[in-house]
Amino acid sequence: MTIRKSTAMIAAITMLAVGACAKKAPDTLPPAPEGTGDTGNNTGTGVVPGSQEDFLASVGAMGDRIFFDYDQYNVDAQDQATLQTQSQWLQRNPAVRVTLEGHADERGTRDYNIALGERRANAAKNYLASLGIDPSRINVISYGKERPAELGSTEEAYARNRRAVTVVIVQ
Amino acid sequence: MLRPITFSLALLLTTAPVLAQTAPTPPVVTTTEPRETIEGTLSQDRTVIGIPPLATASVQTVAGLRTDSLGRQIAEVIAADLERSGLYEPIGPNGVPAITRAEVQAPRFAEWQARNAENVVHGFVDAGSNGSLVVGCYLYDTALGSELVRKGFEIQPGDWRRAAHKCADAIYSRLSGESPFFDSRVAYIAESGPKGNRIKRLAIMDSDGGNHRFITNGQALAISPRFSPDYKKIVYVSYLNNRVRVFIYDVASGSQKLVTESANATFAPRWSPDGTQILYSMAVNGNTDIYRISANGGTPVRLTNTPGIDVGGSFSPDGKKIVFESDRSGGQQIYTMNIDGSNQQRISFGGGRAATPEWSPRGDLIAFTRMGGGEFRVGVMTPSGGGVRMLTNSWQDEAPTWSPNGRVIQFFRTTRGRDGKSSLWQVDLTGVNLRRLPTPQDGSDPSWGPVLP
Repeated sequence: MTIRKSTAMIAAITMLAVGACAKKAPDTLPPAPEGTGDTGNNTGTGVVPGSQEDFLASVGAMGDRIFFDYDQYNVDAQDQATLQTQSQWLQRNPAVRVTLEGHADERGTRDYNIALGERRANAAKNYLASLGIDPSRINVISYGKERPAELGSTEEAYARNRRAVTVVIVQ
Repeated sequence: MLRPITFSLALLLTTAPVLAQTAPTPPVVTTTEPRETIEGTLSQDRTVIGIPPLATASVQTVAGLRTDSLGRQIAEVIAADLERSGLYEPIGPNGVPAITRAEVQAPRFAEWQARNAENVVHGFVDAGSNGSLVVGCYLYDTALGSELVRKGFEIQPGDWRRAAHKCADAIYSRLSGESPFFDSRVAYIAESGPKGNRIKRLAIMDSDGGNHRFITNGQALAISPRFSPDYKKIVYVSYLNNRVRVFIYDVASGSQKLVTESANATFAPRWSPDGTQILYSMAVNGNTDIYRISANGGTPVRLTNTPGIDVGGSFSPDGKKIVFESDRSGGQQIYTMNIDGSNQQRISFGGGRAATPEWSPRGDLIAFTRMGGGEFRVGVMTPSGGGVRMLTNSWQDEAPTWSPNGRVIQFFRTTRGRDGKSSLWQVDLTGVNLRRLPTPQDGSDPSWGPVLP
């Protein structure tokens, strides 16, 4: 999933050139919890394979989400790496279904942000599908700006809030 | 003699139960009401109007309400309405002498002139037949000693606020030459809870905040309500069952139905001026377009067909055009089209982005949100995109909605930071008389309906 047309591409490039638009949040990610890097299913820890807990343990802290630039929805190399890790877990757990939650920061109007969150969640869904994950396993919902992960009104908080989060659906 | 005009009320309030959703626990309701606050300037040379308590022929109790107490309360609502318009400076009902029933049609003009009142409002509340009340109000010019307008209503006691609003509307219209707007209602979203997990409930109230009522219990996120033109229904978005869908809520029965059956997210609903059609936006594989459907259901008509986000929309008052927002040029801008989707034209240019267009009931202006420099402001432009004027200047002022007469704009204001909250505000079309509306909780997404019949 890439930029839809040349004008948007120009806008995106302009935005990057302007620069202030801090790219990814992961520069400042907190340290990974124990268990990160374990690419196999967790065993012996009481974690139920295929559960949300198992998913988070497998993909690592913040590995359940990808981040976007202001008003953008393209999946860049860093996002692709995150989604590849997710897809590996999804392939190991073929019965599991997930919801992709799309979110926006608070600098957009409400209705538009719902649409923007839809774009972001679908961009992530489409990339997972391109890796072989059956798209029928993936629900999409946009929360727009209704459910910020970070509550501040700072560039750092906004960068964390422009996100698509993969959540395991409890069977 | 006053000829009582009966206005029968299809009661919109107090009867239907709070809409049941998925779980039983309603959130705690804050009972403290924020006081209305005024910021910014008021109109120059406000007209002074004397408003003593309405008189009563004989004190009687109707449906638990004393006619003399009601006379004071109705005068208070009239005075508050007129004061809120920004054009008038009421004196009374507190601090001015009560009048007798006979004085209602024979004011002491010299005494009111001595209080610098250019006009005076007199009225009465009498017990009517079959448990009704008869309310009359008169507006006089104190210098000329002449009557300017009179109104009379036979009402059910529970509707006394509406009688007050109707009186205030008659006075406002006679003195300003504008159409009335006080006797109207607002649907909005009541908000509570922490910023990361806000509880958002559909709520309705009179234009002055009176007769407030919660509709949904907060279990499912509710956003973007719009009152139908007859106030019988509210179209809004509910996250019921973790999906984003447009519902039509029936105010009298408390039931609701989907606008359309779809696996896709539907949102941003709007009524046509005659209430027969609904616009909504639908996202399909991340691409959002605007659709129109009969309010009774049926097959939706897709109106936009460009890559990108086409969202929202507002009908012109003649029902022939739609103003909407689209990011097809890169960022959000405002466009108009015919109601069949033809003749799509961008109308907003200039700095920043433009969103949430709402066509004035008078047809001459479009209110919108301008985004730029990290801030949102509310402004107006003509339907061709000219004459842009910004009316507010704060961190985030979003989503304007028009008063029925196109003179006043309500919107919501959000404060920044971790404890940022939203509240309802209104501002005159000229950019003066900025006020916060009293709501029992925080508020957002106001939708102002037409004047009640």
